[in-house]
Amino acid sequence: MTDQTISTKPSPEAIAARSVLLGRARWGWPEIAFWAIAVALYFLMPTKLMLLSEIAILGLLALSIDLVLGFAGIVTLGQGAFFGIGAYTAGLLARYGMGEAPWSDPLLGLLISGGVAAALGFVTSFLVLRGSDLTRLMVTLGVALIVEELVNQMKWLTGGSDGLQGVMPSAVMGVWEFDLYGKTAYVYSLTVLFVLFVIARRIVKSPFGLSLLAIKGNPLRTRAIGMPVNGRLVLIYTIAAFYAGVAGGLVAQTTQFASPDYVAFHRSADALLMLVFGGAGHLYGGLIGSVIFRVMQDVLGNITPQYWQFWLGMMLVLLVLFIRGGIIGLLMKMRGRIMRNRGPSA
Amino acid sequence: MNAAAPIVLESRQLLKQFGGITATDHVDFTLREGARHALIGPNGAGKTTFVNLLSGVLTPTSGSIFLGGRDITKWSARRRAHAGLARTFQINQLFADLTPVETLMLTIAERENAAWSWFRPVGARTDFVDEAVELLTTLGIADIAHLRVGELAYGKQRLLEIAVALAQKPKVLLLDEPAAGVPEHEREQILDVVAALPSSVALILIEHDMHLVFRFAKSISVLVNGAIFVEGAPDEIANDPRVRQVYLGEEVVHV
Repeated sequence: MTDQTISTKPSPEAIAARSVLLGRARWGWPEIAFWAIAVALYFLMPTKLMLLSEIAILGLLALSIDLVLGFAGIVTLGQGAFFGIGAYTAGLLARYGMGEAPWSDPLLGLLISGGVAAALGFVTSFLVLRGSDLTRLMVTLGVALIVEELVNQMKWLTGGSDGLQGVMPSAVMGVWEFDLYGKTAYVYSLTVLFVLFVIARRIVKSPFGLSLLAIKGNPLRTRAIGMPVNGRLVLIYTIAAFYAGVAGGLVAQTTQFASPDYVAFHRSADALLMLVFGGAGHLYGGLIGSVIFRVMQDVLGNITPQYWQFWLGMMLVLLVLFIRGGIIGLLMKMRGRIMRNRGPSA
Repeated sequence: MNAAAPIVLESRQLLKQFGGITATDHVDFTLREGARHALIGPNGAGKTTFVNLLSGVLTPTSGSIFLGGRDITKWSARRRAHAGLARTFQINQLFADLTPVETLMLTIAERENAAWSWFRPVGARTDFVDEAVELLTTLGIADIAHLRVGELAYGKQRLLEIAVALAQKPKVLLLDEPAAGVPEHEREQILDVVAALPSSVALILIEHDMHLVFRFAKSISVLVNGAIFVEGAPDEIANDPRVRQVYLGEEVVHV
């Protein structure tokens, strides 16, 4: 062996670092458990499949906000615009496709929904490149309001405030028809959510994902190390718009309906709320948040139909005041405490 | 110092005005290959403004900047970084939520235009991991490689600040008060790192600490009110009565 081969051999520290870094990208058992439960619910709660499907879709919308807010640090109140655009795109395809493939095909519909939303996301991303959080909040909100008004005004296309009737997607992959119980809907929504989640997970663990966290942490330094900051922001904003568009497409296909309610301001606000509830920046925050949000809505709505938002608001205030980082933040803090207690005794 | 070494960085009649205030006043400055050049001056003399102009954080009012003979006056900070100009900041500018090894890997990935990669995990580029760890080891901070940057001691963050700039493999390195705010017992580690910087890198050191300046610098520029007041070798500067008057005051300088 020559000296050269010895010097290029990685040091023990480097080998250790490799395994630490790769270990962070590996699936942990809480993650596997999470998805196993999601699958098990199909069998355990056969009467609640429509609700579960809706939760999966809301989770996808919250996930799309997490990509821009939790990782790239872009505050947004406009994700509902992409959701709504996706819903109307899928809805119109299924309506005018007359229940026939290819235009009524759900998967193609989702791709086009995501694509149209991504196109809008790409164009509007240039508006959020500069400016403070407040500017971004206002710009994203403004775009969402414009889309909402367009949907209301273009009655000939969207059905206006009556909503889009006659949405008839054909069977998923030509086999599974959408049914009244939501069997197909849940399996379909959960599968799409899972696939997009896996991709999002790869994105955030990659060098590109790391660069987003860096931009969120310190834009000045990212430019100093030669990072094309604007390019990165445009890309993640566009990807997130695609995700939100797919979520919208899913909702139109599974409920066979699209209404101005899907582009309304409260969509964006609710989804942001779910994310904050669950904890931003962990990918799972939006998913857990959507479960809690929707279950609370259901349970509290049954007890006090008029006031469920009161309790929701109350919980939000308490959560933000006392537990920073949402539910995931709380779980991680608890795990840290257990590890520390275990540490010295072991 | 070799006066015939090629010029790597140059400013010509560089001017920066903020409203009515002239922060950089027609500065002509040259930096040669392998230089160890210190930029000193009283508070508010415009040292950091000058570095911000060179690194592209600020745009000059007039005048021009050349890097390796190319006019970079209108280049963004990003493009300058890719052309081999790196800097550190007087106040740490780090990524609090990343670990040191992640920070350096990201910097290396940007240098190699590999940070658009989105499908494979960060750790998959073992060549980057190895380089990052090697750099941390060289700087004596391999032990903190996997801690959150935001939780590191200030002195360690200061070293990482330099490590990030070194990971860019720069031709020209601007160090803006590398030891600023570092407690006494941690200073020596930083001074050693500065002393051990590769001679292939041309260095500009901005510093208040005269011991550091006279220990490393082979040439010095004194900046007063945004203009270059005097330039020369360290002993000339130390013995220049005008410099003592405007900058060093009554303090006696030990070389």
